[in-house]
Amino acid sequence: MTMVGINESVKRREDPRLITGQGRYVDDITLPGMLHLSLVRSPHAHARIRRIDVSKAAKTEGVVAVFTGADLQEQLGSLPAGWVLPDLKQPKHPPLAVDKVRYVGDPVAAVVAEDPFCAADAARMVKVTYEALPAIVDAEKAQKRGAPILHEGRADAGGAPNNLAFNWEINGGDYSAARKAAEVVVKERIVNQRLIPNAMEPRGVIAQYEPASGNLTMWTSTQIPHLLRLLFALVTGHPEHKLRVIAPDVGGGFGSKLYIYAEEVITGIVAKQLGKPVKWIEGRQENYLATTHGRDHITDVEICGNRDGTITGISCTVHANLGAYLSTFAPLIPTILFGIMLVGVYKLRNVHCEVRGAFTNTTPVDAYRGAGRPEATYLVERMVDRFADAAGRDPVYVRRKNMMAAFKNGKDVATGVKYDSGDYKKALAKALEMVDYRKFKAEQRAARREGRLLGIGFSTYIEICGMAPSAVAASLGAGAGLWESSLVRVHPTGKVTVYTGTSPHGQGHYTSLSQIVSSQLGVPMEDIEVVHGDTAAQQFGTGTFGSRSVVVGGSALYMSLRKVVDKARKIAAHQMGVPEKQVQFASGRFVVEDVPDKSMSFPDVALQAYHAKNLPRGMEPGLEAVSFFDPENFTWPFGCHVAVVEIDAATGEVKLSRYVAVDDVGKVINPMIVDGMVHGGVAQGVGQALIEQAVYSPQGQLLSGSMMDYAVPTAELFPTFETARTETPSPTNPLGVKGAGETGTIAASPAVINAVVDALSHLGVTHVDMPATSEKIWRKIQDAKARRRNGRKG
Amino acid sequence: MAYLITIRVNGVERAAHVDARLLLVDFLRSGLDLTGTHVGCDTSSCGACTVLLNGQAVKSCTVFAVQANNGEVTTVEGLAKDGKYHPVQQAFWDQHGLQCGFCTPGMIMTTVALLKRNPKPNEREIRAGLRGNLCRCTGYHNIVKAVQAAAGSRRTP
Repeated sequence: MTMVGINESVKRREDPRLITGQGRYVDDITLPGMLHLSLVRSPHAHARIRRIDVSKAAKTEGVVAVFTGADLQEQLGSLPAGWVLPDLKQPKHPPLAVDKVRYVGDPVAAVVAEDPFCAADAARMVKVTYEALPAIVDAEKAQKRGAPILHEGRADAGGAPNNLAFNWEINGGDYSAARKAAEVVVKERIVNQRLIPNAMEPRGVIAQYEPASGNLTMWTSTQIPHLLRLLFALVTGHPEHKLRVIAPDVGGGFGSKLYIYAEEVITGIVAKQLGKPVKWIEGRQENYLATTHGRDHITDVEICGNRDGTITGISCTVHANLGAYLSTFAPLIPTILFGIMLVGVYKLRNVHCEVRGAFTNTTPVDAYRGAGRPEATYLVERMVDRFADAAGRDPVYVRRKNMMAAFKNGKDVATGVKYDSGDYKKALAKALEMVDYRKFKAEQRAARREGRLLGIGFSTYIEICGMAPSAVAASLGAGAGLWESSLVRVHPTGKVTVYTGTSPHGQGHYTSLSQIVSSQLGVPMEDIEVVHGDTAAQQFGTGTFGSRSVVVGGSALYMSLRKVVDKARKIAAHQMGVPEKQVQFASGRFVVEDVPDKSMSFPDVALQAYHAKNLPRGMEPGLEAVSFFDPENFTWPFGCHVAVVEIDAATGEVKLSRYVAVDDVGKVINPMIVDGMVHGGVAQGVGQALIEQAVYSPQGQLLSGSMMDYAVPTAELFPTFETARTETPSPTNPLGVKGAGETGTIAASPAVINAVVDALSHLGVTHVDMPATSEKIWRKIQDAKARRRNGRKG
Repeated sequence: MAYLITIRVNGVERAAHVDARLLLVDFLRSGLDLTGTHVGCDTSSCGACTVLLNGQAVKSCTVFAVQANNGEVTTVEGLAKDGKYHPVQQAFWDQHGLQCGFCTPGMIMTTVALLKRNPKPNEREIRAGLRGNLCRCTGYHNIVKAVQAAAGSRRTP
């Protein structure tokens, strides 16, 4: 019997299955009579489809059917954007391309066969005749006159003139006045490179249709089973109540499984057409083409302030690459989740930001862990360092000087949002202590005398999490509510099953949510079951993303638990014959105040609730509760990360020698799990800073198109991370939590690049674009040497 | 053309007629329903499919089933004995060495082989030894700790 509370590092309950090979991911599921689907994808970045000849494929032994976009145009519909900005251009996105392909990997035909090998072989026999068109892969160039147009036609006829999907702007204060008055102005062009999310499990879908009932069941590797069901119903017209979406074990997501994808629609519709179960499993190279990418901003940024180190304003113009079509949340990521974060943790009153979202002949871009906030944090924290350098001040001094004072219950900032609570200086102080800044600076000076390049970089970040207050989100373009729901069902024996609309894929909800239940009901962990990822089990839910699951889903669960305790208390009071207010509930027992031996256990009360022989007058039998939690505000986790690097002066290789992370995610349910989240997030941020980059040729071929070409970090890239926390509870939810899923990714990349630039600053280097590969750094060092030589000559 | 192969998998002799092109991982997953071994890539990069073949860690996506003929294969399903986890499995659980769990079977099998080769690796050797296995969730931090813990636990009787 283990009763577990909040803020306890209990081992994860999900792990016994996963360490013994009993996990059940989509590809592990086999249904009787199941067929296998393989997709024919465009090898061209931009082309007209002239002819598709499926005859040879269709005649292949084992092939059951071949479908083209023209065959299924009506049934497949068009994939919509789920977040609509003002004046957003929304060109059609047919799941199977019909007239034109717009990126390498755009699906053009589906082959269904009795085994996956046969389907893959036959897919190669489908002969597509293309008329290749010029392609464009750069978001800035895509908007220039003469660039190839992806979505032709006028804006009111489904086209996107100048390849522009939106032009979004946010203004706080008066940036131009601030700039006029400023003593120091620093400009930079900063590229936030495109990344490939690389969840270790590629996507996969199984769809099973029962013609007699009209029921369609879909197992899919998704973060959003309920939203997917809704979107599938809207796109295809299949009735929502006749569709069940199940997210079984999901092998990571990081945002990349947060959408309705073409393959989900195609597999579902093909299963309906054939009346047989159909499975599609994504290969990794296919994943690199077909699953969304992240980031990809080109930004001109300017920061201004005074010589004393006061920052007064920041302004930027961003060209955000959206890829060939609008993915579900694509309009949200580079705008709201980016622009409103440009204040950072600073008393910065003047902000201007313009974001131009452009279509290009590349894989669609959407959320990748952090989603907009890493881009904003990178910009702000990089520019704070640039400003400090220009003002001749220490970057830590500038940060401290400009930081907001601590606050507990809401603070309005220049971008029009209200931060929930914060104590930014405290996190910075803790990080400085852990890293021993003064000692490091002395070491750095000594190292420089020996020709060694050491650097330290800070990132005092903040993020917007806990998605989201529905009405606020709707006013900003959300097409669905972002609340979360829970059902707590107490069984007659006192065992408990809870249902959540959040949908984990590595976050450990089975454990964390069980801890919340155990702490509130006094029920041991082994008596608690958590059901998630099944639309037939839970009425609705928004899913798992944006560090929202414990903030919003956990709070919805907490509310239902309170309701269950309230009802149980009424039953206990009634049966013990005392007024309700005299009944205390602690450690799983209802005890009459001052009469310790007069009590009922929680299971006793549960049994009475169902037996219903002696309930308070008018009370319904049973013991369960449903709650919907819609937060009043977002949450705003923050912290300070510090990177220490050493650069090999001969090769330019960057070695990350220390990494200190101080995070404030409010109250913590399971510190072990939160630390794990931070480690993984930091690794992704460091990966972006040092090695990762998705590269397209100008013609639109993905050059980093396999795991041999794209640098996914291995264990050797990292030191042992040093983590710590401060705790500033969020006032926006009953648990006081802020969310911990994305902190690391958001904080890490500027910390690392600031450290790299610090290591090279005495050579006159002021900025290095990510990834800071040895080649790039070596060139910087050579350029610096050349400058010095030329300087001497001059 | 199909070939008759016999492979001892997790201590049990399994015979089957297989195509020459069938990969060992597909034989394990589809032929024997041992779905604990995962496929995470198509370039021998990720290591999610790692199993032991005649005691050595191999990426089963890069071995044909026919190449394993007459061999001995251990998968993650074959590690626990008499209802007790293998020390490496136990260490991954104890140290929170997994999150989504997809890379975990491969990580565990690689660790088993690594510790057999080098029972007391230092951190650098552990990180180098895990080079062929990718994890996107943990930042490897707790995986390294798990390997260290497993190395320690092996010394205690």
